Amino acid sequence: MIYEFFIIIGSRVISFMYFLGGLSNLALQTAYFIFVPPFKKYRIFEQAKKAGFDSLPIVGLVSLFIGFIFALQTAYFMQRIGSEIYIASLVALSIVRELGPVITALVVAGRVGAAITAELGSMQVTEQIDALETLSSNPIKYLVVPRFLALSLMLPLLTLYSDAIGILGSYMICVFKLGISSNMYMRVTAESLFYKDLFTGLSKTVFFGMIISLVSCYEGFNVEGGAEGVGRATTRSVVFSFIMIIIADCFFTALFYFIFP
Amino acid sequence: MIEISGLHKSLGNHRVLNGVHLKIDRGTTCVIIGRSGCGKSVLLKHIVGILKPDKGKIIVNNQDVGSLEEKDLNLLRLKMGMVFQGGALFDSMTVGENVGFGLIEHGNVPHRQLLERIESSLAMVGLHGIGSLMPSELSGGMRKRVALARAICIKPEIILYDEPTTGVDPITADSINELIRSMHDKLKVTSIVVTHDMKSAYKVADKVAMLYHGKIIAEGTSEEIQKTRNPIVHQFINGLSCGPITETLDRYR
Repeated sequence: MIYEFFIIIGSRVISFMYFLGGLSNLALQTAYFIFVPPFKKYRIFEQAKKAGFDSLPIVGLVSLFIGFIFALQTAYFMQRIGSEIYIASLVALSIVRELGPVITALVVAGRVGAAITAELGSMQVTEQIDALETLSSNPIKYLVVPRFLALSLMLPLLTLYSDAIGILGSYMICVFKLGISSNMYMRVTAESLFYKDLFTGLSKTVFFGMIISLVSCYEGFNVEGGAEGVGRATTRSVVFSFIMIIIADCFFTALFYFIFP
Repeated sequence: MIEISGLHKSLGNHRVLNGVHLKIDRGTTCVIIGRSGCGKSVLLKHIVGILKPDKGKIIVNNQDVGSLEEKDLNLLRLKMGMVFQGGALFDSMTVGENVGFGLIEHGNVPHRQLLERIESSLAMVGLHGIGSLMPSELSGGMRKRVALARAICIKPEIILYDEPTTGVDPITADSINELIRSMHDKLKVTSIVVTHDMKSAYKVADKVAMLYHGKIIAEGTSEEIQKTRNPIVHQFINGLSCGPITETLDRYR
Protein backbone atom coordinates (compact mmCIF):
# COMPACT_ATOMS: atom_id res chain seq x y z
CA MET A 1 0.00 0.00 0.00
CA ILE A 2 2.68 2.50 1.08
CA TYR A 3 4.94 1.15 -1.64
CA GLU A 4 2.27 1.84 -4.30
CA PHE A 5 1.69 5.30 -2.86
CA PHE A 6 5.36 6.17 -3.35
CA ILE A 7 5.30 4.71 -6.86
CA ILE A 8 2.39 6.98 -7.77
CA ILE A 9 4.05 10.03 -6.21
CA GLY A 10 7.35 9.18 -7.96
CA SER A 11 5.76 8.74 -11.37
CA ARG A 12 3.85 12.03 -10.97
CA VAL A 13 7.06 13.85 -10.06
CA ILE A 14 8.91 12.32 -13.02
CA SER A 15 6.10 13.18 -15.46
CA PHE A 16 6.02 16.75 -14.10
CA MET A 17 9.80 16.98 -14.63
CA TYR A 18 9.30 15.76 -18.21
CA PHE A 19 6.65 18.42 -18.64
CA LEU A 20 8.94 21.16 -17.31
CA GLY A 21 11.83 19.92 -19.48
CA GLY A 22 9.65 19.82 -22.60
CA LEU A 23 8.20 23.23 -21.83
CA SER A 24 11.67 24.77 -21.37
CA ASN A 25 12.80 23.23 -24.63
CA LEU A 26 9.76 24.67 -26.41
CA ALA A 27 10.37 28.07 -24.79
CA LEU A 28 13.99 28.14 -26.00
CA GLN A 29 13.07 27.10 -29.53
CA THR A 30 10.27 29.68 -29.62
CA ALA A 31 12.67 32.40 -28.46
CA TYR A 32 15.06 31.35 -31.24
CA PHE A 33 12.44 31.22 -34.00
CA ILE A 34 11.06 34.68 -33.12
CA PHE A 35 14.22 36.11 -34.71
CA VAL A 36 14.40 33.75 -37.69
CA PRO A 37 12.89 35.09 -40.94
CA PRO A 38 10.38 35.08 -42.62
CA PHE A 39 8.37 37.43 -40.41
CA LYS A 40 4.68 37.25 -41.26
CA LYS A 41 2.88 39.92 -39.25
CA TYR A 42 -0.59 38.96 -40.42
CA ARG A 43 -0.30 35.65 -38.57
CA ILE A 44 0.35 37.49 -35.31
CA PHE A 45 -2.58 39.87 -35.98
CA GLU A 46 -4.84 36.92 -36.71
CA GLN A 47 -3.93 35.29 -33.39
CA ALA A 48 -4.08 38.65 -31.57
CA LYS A 49 -7.65 39.08 -32.80
CA LYS A 50 -8.62 35.58 -31.67
CA ALA A 51 -6.91 35.89 -28.29
CA GLY A 52 -7.49 39.58 -27.60
CA PHE A 53 -10.40 41.15 -29.44
CA ASP A 54 -12.62 38.05 -29.28
CA SER A 55 -12.00 37.78 -25.51
CA LEU A 56 -13.29 41.32 -24.82
CA PRO A 57 -16.92 40.31 -24.05
CA ILE A 58 -16.11 37.50 -21.59
CA VAL A 59 -13.28 39.42 -19.88
CA GLY A 60 -15.55 42.49 -19.66
CA LEU A 61 -18.45 40.51 -18.20
CA VAL A 62 -16.32 38.73 -15.59
CA SER A 63 -14.51 41.94 -14.61
CA LEU A 64 -17.77 43.89 -14.27
CA PHE A 65 -19.21 41.29 -11.91
CA ILE A 66 -15.96 41.05 -9.97
CA GLY A 67 -16.20 44.85 -9.56
CA PHE A 68 -19.82 44.55 -8.31
CA ILE A 69 -19.03 41.69 -5.95
CA PHE A 70 -15.86 43.20 -4.56
CA ALA A 71 -17.53 46.54 -3.86
CA LEU A 72 -20.45 44.86 -2.08
CA GLN A 73 -18.20 42.57 -0.04
CA THR A 74 -15.94 45.40 1.12
CA ALA A 75 -18.98 47.60 1.78
CA TYR A 76 -20.16 44.98 4.27
CA PHE A 77 -17.18 45.76 6.52
CA MET A 78 -16.53 49.39 5.60
CA GLN A 79 -20.10 50.41 6.48
CA ARG A 80 -19.58 48.97 9.95
CA ILE A 81 -16.64 51.28 10.58
CA GLY A 82 -18.15 54.16 8.64
CA SER A 83 -15.44 54.33 5.96
CA GLU A 84 -17.37 53.63 2.75
CA ILE A 85 -15.24 56.04 0.77
CA TYR A 86 -12.20 53.78 1.17
CA ILE A 87 -14.01 51.12 -0.83
CA ALA A 88 -12.84 53.07 -3.90
CA SER A 89 -9.16 52.87 -3.02
CA LEU A 90 -9.36 49.29 -1.80
CA VAL A 91 -11.10 48.14 -4.97
CA ALA A 92 -8.80 50.13 -7.27
CA LEU A 93 -5.62 48.77 -5.68
CA SER A 94 -6.84 45.18 -5.47
CA ILE A 95 -8.09 45.14 -9.03
CA VAL A 96 -5.13 46.88 -10.63
CA ARG A 97 -2.43 45.06 -8.67
CA GLU A 98 -3.93 41.61 -8.40
CA LEU A 99 -7.47 40.74 -9.45
CA GLY A 100 -7.40 42.26 -12.93
CA PRO A 101 -4.20 40.47 -14.05
CA VAL A 102 -5.06 37.10 -12.50
CA ILE A 103 -8.73 37.02 -13.49
CA THR A 104 -7.84 38.02 -17.06
CA ALA A 105 -5.11 35.39 -17.25
CA LEU A 106 -7.40 32.65 -15.92
CA VAL A 107 -10.20 33.60 -18.32
CA VAL A 108 -7.76 33.65 -21.26
CA ALA A 109 -6.22 30.33 -20.18
CA GLY A 110 -9.68 28.79 -20.11
CA ARG A 111 -10.91 30.35 -23.33
CA VAL A 112 -7.88 30.81 -25.56
CA GLY A 113 -5.42 28.29 -24.08
CA ALA A 114 -7.95 25.46 -24.26
CA ALA A 115 -8.79 26.40 -27.86
CA ILE A 116 -5.10 26.42 -28.84
CA THR A 117 -4.51 22.97 -27.33
CA ALA A 118 -7.63 21.55 -28.98
CA GLU A 119 -6.68 23.04 -32.36
CA LEU A 120 -3.03 21.98 -32.30
CA GLY A 121 -3.99 18.61 -30.80
CA SER A 122 -6.43 17.93 -33.64
CA MET A 123 -3.74 19.00 -36.11
CA GLN A 124 -1.33 16.57 -34.47
CA VAL A 125 -3.82 13.69 -34.58
CA THR A 126 -4.69 14.30 -38.23
CA GLU A 127 -1.00 14.60 -39.22
CA GLN A 128 -1.34 18.27 -40.21
CA ILE A 129 1.74 19.12 -38.12
CA ASP A 130 3.74 16.46 -39.98
CA ALA A 131 2.34 17.89 -43.22
CA LEU A 132 3.66 21.34 -42.24
CA GLU A 133 7.13 19.87 -41.78
CA THR A 134 7.05 18.07 -45.12
CA LEU A 135 6.16 21.41 -46.70
CA SER A 136 9.36 22.86 -45.18
CA SER A 137 7.55 24.96 -42.57
CA ASN A 138 8.77 24.60 -39.02
CA PRO A 139 5.71 24.00 -36.79
CA ILE A 140 7.19 26.07 -33.95
CA LYS A 141 7.84 29.01 -36.26
CA TYR A 142 4.49 28.64 -37.98
CA LEU A 143 2.20 27.77 -35.06
CA VAL A 144 3.83 28.63 -31.73
CA VAL A 145 5.61 31.94 -32.42
CA PRO A 146 2.47 33.87 -33.56
CA ARG A 147 0.45 32.57 -30.60
CA PHE A 148 3.29 33.31 -28.18
CA LEU A 149 3.72 36.89 -29.40
CA ALA A 150 -0.02 37.53 -29.69
CA LEU A 151 -0.79 36.34 -26.17
CA SER A 152 2.22 38.11 -24.61
CA LEU A 153 1.09 41.38 -26.22
CA MET A 154 -2.65 40.96 -25.79
CA LEU A 155 -2.76 39.93 -22.15
CA PRO A 156 -1.50 43.31 -20.80
CA LEU A 157 -4.01 45.13 -23.02
CA LEU A 158 -6.85 42.87 -21.93
CA THR A 159 -5.79 43.38 -18.31
CA LEU A 160 -5.91 47.14 -18.74
CA TYR A 161 -9.44 46.79 -20.11
CA SER A 162 -10.36 44.41 -17.27
CA ASP A 163 -9.03 46.89 -14.68
CA ALA A 164 -11.15 49.69 -16.17
CA ILE A 165 -14.32 47.58 -16.31
CA GLY A 166 -13.76 46.22 -12.78
CA ILE A 167 -13.39 49.73 -11.38
CA LEU A 168 -16.49 50.77 -13.35
CA GLY A 169 -18.44 47.92 -11.72
CA SER A 170 -17.38 49.02 -8.29
CA TYR A 171 -18.15 52.66 -9.23
CA MET A 172 -21.70 51.69 -10.20
CA ILE A 173 -22.33 49.98 -6.84
CA CYS A 174 -20.76 52.80 -4.82
CA VAL A 175 -22.41 55.66 -6.67
CA PHE A 176 -25.86 54.20 -7.40
CA LYS A 177 -26.27 51.93 -4.40
CA LEU A 178 -24.15 53.26 -1.54
CA GLY A 179 -24.65 56.96 -2.30
CA ILE A 180 -21.00 57.99 -2.66
CA SER A 181 -20.65 60.98 -4.99
CA SER A 182 -19.23 60.34 -8.44
CA ASN A 183 -16.50 63.00 -8.14
CA MET A 184 -15.43 61.77 -4.77
CA TYR A 185 -15.18 58.18 -6.00
CA MET A 186 -13.02 59.14 -8.98
CA ARG A 187 -10.79 61.42 -6.89
CA VAL A 188 -10.14 58.74 -4.24
CA THR A 189 -9.46 56.14 -6.94
CA ALA A 190 -7.01 58.45 -8.73
CA GLU A 191 -5.25 59.36 -5.48
CA SER A 192 -4.81 55.78 -4.36
CA LEU A 193 -3.29 54.51 -7.62
CA PHE A 194 0.35 55.09 -8.57
CA TYR A 195 2.06 54.24 -11.82
CA LYS A 196 4.01 51.50 -10.07
CA ASP A 197 0.71 49.76 -9.23
CA LEU A 198 -0.25 49.75 -12.85
CA PHE A 199 3.26 48.70 -13.90
CA THR A 200 3.50 45.78 -11.48
CA GLY A 201 0.00 44.65 -12.43
CA LEU A 202 0.55 44.79 -16.17
CA SER A 203 4.16 43.60 -16.41
CA LYS A 204 3.43 40.21 -14.88
CA THR A 205 0.66 39.58 -17.39
CA VAL A 206 3.29 39.47 -20.16
CA PHE A 207 4.67 36.38 -18.42
CA PHE A 208 1.18 34.98 -17.90
CA GLY A 209 0.64 35.30 -21.67
CA MET A 210 3.89 33.44 -22.30
CA ILE A 211 2.90 30.69 -19.85
CA ILE A 212 -0.56 30.22 -21.41
CA SER A 213 0.76 30.10 -24.98
CA LEU A 214 3.67 27.75 -24.23
CA VAL A 215 1.69 25.35 -22.04
CA SER A 216 -1.22 25.16 -24.46
CA CYS A 217 1.03 24.67 -27.52
CA TYR A 218 3.16 22.09 -25.70
CA GLU A 219 0.12 20.08 -24.70
CA GLY A 220 -1.31 20.36 -28.22
CA PHE A 221 1.90 19.07 -29.81
CA ASN A 222 2.07 16.13 -27.42
CA VAL A 223 -1.42 14.77 -27.96
CA GLU A 224 -1.56 11.00 -28.31
CA GLY A 225 -4.55 8.80 -28.93
CA GLY A 226 -7.15 10.56 -31.06
CA ALA A 227 -10.17 12.50 -29.82
CA GLU A 228 -9.85 11.25 -26.25
CA GLY A 229 -6.23 12.39 -26.21
CA VAL A 230 -7.25 15.85 -27.40
CA GLY A 231 -9.76 16.10 -24.55
CA ARG A 232 -7.19 14.96 -22.00
CA ALA A 233 -4.57 17.38 -23.31
CA THR A 234 -7.03 20.29 -23.22
CA THR A 235 -7.84 19.58 -19.56
CA ARG A 236 -4.13 19.28 -18.71
CA SER A 237 -3.40 22.49 -20.57
CA VAL A 238 -5.96 24.50 -18.56
CA VAL A 239 -4.99 22.89 -15.23
CA PHE A 240 -1.24 23.40 -15.73
CA SER A 241 -1.79 26.97 -16.97
CA PHE A 242 -3.82 27.76 -13.84
CA ILE A 243 -1.18 26.26 -11.54
CA MET A 244 1.71 27.99 -13.28
CA ILE A 245 -0.09 31.35 -13.41
CA ILE A 246 -0.76 31.24 -9.66
CA ILE A 247 2.84 30.22 -8.91
CA ALA A 248 4.21 32.93 -11.22
CA ASP A 249 1.83 35.47 -9.66
CA CYS A 250 3.08 34.60 -6.18
CA PHE A 251 6.68 34.92 -7.38
CA PHE A 252 6.13 38.31 -9.08
CA THR A 253 4.11 39.71 -6.18
CA ALA A 254 6.94 38.84 -3.80
CA LEU A 255 9.54 40.19 -6.25
CA PHE A 256 7.75 43.51 -6.76
CA TYR A 257 7.07 43.80 -3.03
CA PHE A 258 10.81 43.88 -2.41
CA ILE A 259 11.80 45.88 -5.52
CA PHE A 260 9.10 48.55 -5.16
CA PRO A 261 8.28 48.52 -1.45
CA MET B 1 17.84 7.97 -56.11
CA ILE B 2 16.89 6.90 -52.59
CA GLU B 3 19.02 4.48 -50.64
CA ILE B 4 18.13 3.25 -47.19
CA SER B 5 20.71 1.19 -45.33
CA GLY B 6 20.60 -0.44 -41.91
CA LEU B 7 17.73 1.71 -40.68
CA HIS B 8 16.77 1.05 -37.06
CA LYS B 9 14.06 2.84 -35.10
CA SER B 10 12.34 2.19 -31.80
CA LEU B 11 9.28 4.10 -30.61
CA GLY B 12 8.97 3.78 -26.83
CA ASN B 13 9.81 0.18 -26.02
CA HIS B 14 8.67 -1.10 -29.39
CA ARG B 15 11.28 -1.77 -32.06
CA VAL B 16 9.60 -0.70 -35.28
CA LEU B 17 12.40 -0.82 -37.86
CA ASN B 18 15.13 -3.38 -37.41
CA GLY B 19 17.68 -2.89 -40.15
CA VAL B 20 15.83 -1.84 -43.31
CA HIS B 21 17.81 -1.93 -46.56
CA LEU B 22 16.12 -0.60 -49.69
CA LYS B 23 17.24 1.07 -52.90
CA ILE B 24 14.85 2.96 -55.17
CA ASP B 25 16.02 4.14 -58.57
CA ARG B 26 15.22 7.57 -59.97
CA GLY B 27 11.91 7.75 -61.82
CA THR B 28 10.58 4.42 -60.57
CA THR B 29 7.60 3.59 -58.39
CA CYS B 30 8.32 1.41 -55.39
CA VAL B 31 5.44 -0.02 -53.39
CA ILE B 32 6.09 -1.01 -49.80
CA ILE B 33 3.60 -3.56 -48.53
CA GLY B 34 3.10 -4.94 -45.06
CA ARG B 35 0.53 -5.42 -42.32
CA SER B 36 -1.01 -2.45 -40.54
CA GLY B 37 1.31 -1.15 -37.83
CA CYS B 38 4.41 -2.85 -39.22
CA GLY B 39 6.27 0.45 -39.62
CA LYS B 40 5.55 1.43 -43.24
CA SER B 41 4.47 4.96 -42.36
CA VAL B 42 7.40 5.28 -39.95
CA LEU B 43 9.71 4.40 -42.85
CA LEU B 44 8.13 7.13 -45.01
CA LYS B 45 8.51 9.67 -42.19
CA HIS B 46 12.22 8.86 -42.04
CA ILE B 47 12.63 9.51 -45.76
CA VAL B 48 11.06 12.95 -45.44
CA GLY B 49 13.04 13.67 -42.25
CA ILE B 50 10.15 13.99 -39.78
CA LEU B 51 11.63 11.14 -37.73
CA LYS B 52 15.34 10.68 -37.08
CA PRO B 53 16.83 7.17 -37.26
CA ASP B 54 18.32 5.51 -34.18
CA LYS B 55 20.86 3.89 -36.48
CA GLY B 56 21.38 3.67 -40.22
CA LYS B 57 21.29 6.04 -43.17
CA ILE B 58 18.76 7.40 -45.63
CA ILE B 59 20.43 8.88 -48.67
CA VAL B 60 18.19 11.04 -50.87
CA ASN B 61 19.82 12.79 -53.84
CA ASN B 62 23.25 12.03 -52.35
CA GLN B 63 22.35 13.69 -49.04
CA ASP B 64 22.00 11.90 -45.71
CA VAL B 65 18.55 12.98 -44.48
CA GLY B 66 19.24 11.99 -40.86
CA SER B 67 22.25 14.27 -40.44
CA LEU B 68 21.13 17.33 -42.45
CA GLU B 69 20.83 20.76 -40.82
CA GLU B 70 17.27 22.10 -40.66
CA LYS B 71 17.94 24.61 -43.45
CA ASP B 72 19.31 22.00 -45.86
CA LEU B 73 16.62 19.53 -44.88
CA ASN B 74 13.95 22.11 -45.73
CA LEU B 75 15.56 22.66 -49.14
CA LEU B 76 15.53 18.92 -49.74
CA ARG B 77 11.91 18.68 -48.59
CA LEU B 78 10.93 21.16 -51.29
CA LYS B 79 11.93 18.45 -53.76
CA MET B 80 9.65 15.94 -52.05
CA GLY B 81 5.89 15.83 -51.79
CA MET B 82 4.05 13.69 -49.31
CA VAL B 83 0.45 12.52 -49.51
CA PHE B 84 -0.79 11.60 -46.05
CA GLN B 85 -3.24 8.82 -45.30
CA GLY B 86 -6.12 11.08 -44.29
CA GLY B 87 -5.00 13.93 -46.56
CA ALA B 88 -3.76 16.06 -43.63
CA LEU B 89 -5.23 19.16 -45.28
CA PHE B 90 -5.09 22.30 -43.14
CA ASP B 91 -8.67 22.77 -41.88
CA SER B 92 -8.37 26.51 -41.44
CA MET B 93 -7.45 27.16 -45.09
CA THR B 94 -9.31 26.83 -48.36
CA VAL B 95 -8.45 24.05 -50.80
CA GLY B 96 -6.57 26.59 -52.94
CA GLU B 97 -4.50 27.83 -50.00
CA ASN B 98 -3.76 24.23 -49.07
CA VAL B 99 -2.60 23.34 -52.56
CA GLY B 100 -0.49 26.49 -52.90
CA PHE B 101 0.89 26.34 -49.34
CA GLY B 102 4.44 25.36 -50.29
CA LEU B 103 4.63 28.07 -52.96
CA ILE B 104 3.03 30.75 -50.76
CA GLU B 105 5.50 30.05 -47.95
CA HIS B 106 8.68 29.42 -49.91
CA GLY B 107 8.11 30.05 -53.58
CA ASN B 108 8.21 33.86 -54.01
CA VAL B 109 5.89 33.30 -56.96
CA PRO B 110 3.85 36.24 -58.35
CA HIS B 111 0.17 36.08 -57.39
CA ARG B 112 -1.13 35.35 -60.86
CA GLN B 113 1.36 32.60 -61.49
CA LEU B 114 0.51 31.15 -58.09
CA LEU B 115 -3.17 30.94 -58.97
CA GLU B 116 -2.30 29.27 -62.27
CA ARG B 117 -0.09 26.69 -60.53
CA ILE B 118 -2.85 25.93 -58.01
CA GLU B 119 -5.45 25.52 -60.74
CA SER B 120 -3.22 23.36 -62.91
CA SER B 121 -2.36 21.12 -59.93
CA LEU B 122 -6.06 20.74 -59.10
CA ALA B 123 -6.83 20.07 -62.77
CA MET B 124 -4.22 17.30 -62.86
CA VAL B 125 -6.07 15.44 -60.12
CA GLY B 126 -9.40 16.11 -61.82
CA LEU B 127 -10.68 18.70 -59.36
CA HIS B 128 -10.68 21.85 -61.43
CA GLY B 129 -12.39 24.90 -59.87
CA ILE B 130 -12.78 23.80 -56.24
CA GLY B 131 -10.07 26.12 -54.90
CA SER B 132 -12.48 28.20 -52.83
CA LEU B 133 -14.02 25.25 -50.95
CA MET B 134 -12.98 24.35 -47.41
CA PRO B 135 -11.53 20.87 -46.73
CA SER B 136 -14.53 20.03 -44.51
CA GLU B 137 -16.76 20.27 -47.60
CA LEU B 138 -14.86 17.49 -49.42
CA SER B 139 -15.39 13.73 -49.46
CA GLY B 140 -12.62 11.33 -48.38
CA GLY B 141 -11.55 10.61 -51.96
CA MET B 142 -11.49 14.30 -52.88
CA ARG B 143 -9.36 15.05 -49.80
CA LYS B 144 -6.80 12.49 -50.92
CA ARG B 145 -6.73 13.98 -54.39
CA VAL B 146 -6.36 17.52 -53.02
CA ALA B 147 -3.50 16.23 -50.85
CA LEU B 148 -1.89 14.89 -54.03
CA ALA B 149 -2.44 18.25 -55.74
CA ARG B 150 -0.71 19.93 -52.78
CA ALA B 151 2.20 17.53 -53.11
CA ILE B 152 2.63 18.08 -56.87
CA CYS B 153 2.16 21.87 -56.76
CA ILE B 154 5.78 22.36 -55.66
CA LYS B 155 6.90 20.21 -58.65
CA PRO B 156 8.67 17.57 -56.59
CA GLU B 157 11.16 14.99 -57.82
CA ILE B 158 9.91 12.45 -55.29
CA ILE B 159 6.34 11.78 -54.12
CA LEU B 160 5.60 9.69 -51.05
CA TYR B 161 2.13 8.20 -50.71
CA ASP B 162 0.89 6.90 -47.35
CA GLU B 163 -1.92 4.42 -47.97
CA PRO B 164 -3.48 6.40 -50.82
CA THR B 165 -6.35 3.99 -51.47
CA THR B 166 -7.31 3.13 -47.89
CA GLY B 167 -10.81 4.15 -46.88
CA VAL B 168 -12.12 5.09 -50.34
CA ASP B 169 -14.55 3.23 -52.59
CA PRO B 170 -13.10 0.89 -55.26
CA ILE B 171 -13.78 3.30 -58.12
CA THR B 172 -12.09 6.22 -56.37
CA ALA B 173 -9.26 3.86 -55.39
CA ASP B 174 -8.76 2.96 -59.04
CA SER B 175 -8.78 6.61 -60.09
CA ILE B 176 -6.14 7.32 -57.44
CA ASN B 177 -4.06 4.43 -58.83
CA GLU B 178 -4.42 5.97 -62.29
CA LEU B 179 -3.27 9.29 -60.89
CA ILE B 180 -0.19 7.73 -59.30
CA ARG B 181 0.57 6.03 -62.61
CA SER B 182 0.12 9.27 -64.54
CA MET B 183 2.37 11.20 -62.12
CA HIS B 184 4.99 8.58 -62.86
CA ASP B 185 4.50 8.75 -66.63
CA LYS B 186 3.94 12.51 -67.07
CA LEU B 187 6.16 14.06 -64.41
CA LYS B 188 8.81 11.29 -64.26
CA VAL B 189 8.84 11.46 -60.49
CA THR B 190 10.24 8.84 -58.18
CA SER B 191 7.36 7.47 -56.10
CA ILE B 192 7.16 5.47 -52.92
CA VAL B 193 3.73 4.08 -52.15
CA VAL B 194 2.98 2.50 -48.80
CA THR B 195 -0.09 0.31 -48.91
CA HIS B 196 -1.66 -3.00 -47.97
CA ASP B 197 -4.02 -2.89 -50.93
CA MET B 198 -2.50 -5.51 -53.26
CA LYS B 199 -4.63 -4.53 -56.25
CA SER B 200 -3.26 -1.02 -56.02
CA ALA B 201 0.27 -2.34 -55.49
CA TYR B 202 0.22 -4.46 -58.67
CA LYS B 203 -1.24 -1.62 -60.67
CA VAL B 204 1.26 1.11 -59.82
CA ALA B 205 4.48 -0.70 -58.89
CA ASP B 206 7.73 -0.99 -60.80
CA LYS B 207 9.03 -2.70 -57.70
CA VAL B 208 7.31 -4.17 -54.65
CA ALA B 209 9.03 -4.59 -51.29
CA MET B 210 7.53 -6.27 -48.25
CA LEU B 211 8.23 -4.98 -44.75
CA TYR B 212 7.87 -7.58 -42.01
CA HIS B 213 9.12 -7.43 -38.42
CA GLY B 214 11.07 -4.27 -39.18
CA LYS B 215 12.95 -5.65 -42.19
CA ILE B 216 12.44 -5.86 -45.94
CA ILE B 217 11.95 -9.59 -46.41
CA ALA B 218 11.27 -9.64 -50.15
CA GLU B 219 11.51 -7.33 -53.13
CA GLY B 220 10.96 -7.62 -56.82
CA THR B 221 8.63 -6.72 -59.65
CA SER B 222 4.89 -7.32 -59.32
CA GLU B 223 5.25 -10.57 -61.26
CA GLU B 224 8.13 -11.79 -59.14
CA ILE B 225 6.26 -11.03 -55.94
CA GLN B 226 3.15 -12.80 -57.19
CA LYS B 227 5.21 -15.90 -57.97
CA THR B 228 7.06 -15.80 -54.64
CA ARG B 229 7.95 -18.93 -52.71
CA ASN B 230 8.35 -17.03 -49.47
CA PRO B 231 5.44 -18.28 -47.31
CA ILE B 232 5.09 -14.99 -45.43
CA VAL B 233 4.81 -12.95 -48.62
CA HIS B 234 2.53 -15.59 -50.11
CA GLN B 235 0.16 -15.41 -47.14
CA PHE B 236 0.12 -11.61 -47.17
CA ILE B 237 -0.43 -11.01 -50.87
CA ASN B 238 -3.17 -13.61 -51.02
CA GLY B 239 -4.83 -12.37 -47.84
CA LEU B 240 -4.89 -15.79 -46.15
CA SER B 241 -5.92 -16.04 -42.51
CA CYS B 242 -3.75 -19.13 -41.95
CA GLY B 243 -0.02 -19.05 -42.49
CA PRO B 244 3.31 -18.15 -40.92
CA ILE B 245 2.32 -14.53 -40.09
CA THR B 246 -0.71 -15.48 -38.02
CA GLU B 247 1.02 -18.57 -36.58
CA THR B 248 3.79 -16.36 -35.20
CA LEU B 249 1.17 -14.06 -33.70
CA ASP B 250 -0.67 -16.99 -32.13
CA ARG B 251 2.54 -18.25 -30.59
CA TYR B 252 3.14 -14.86 -28.93
CA ARG B 253 -0.44 -14.57 -27.62
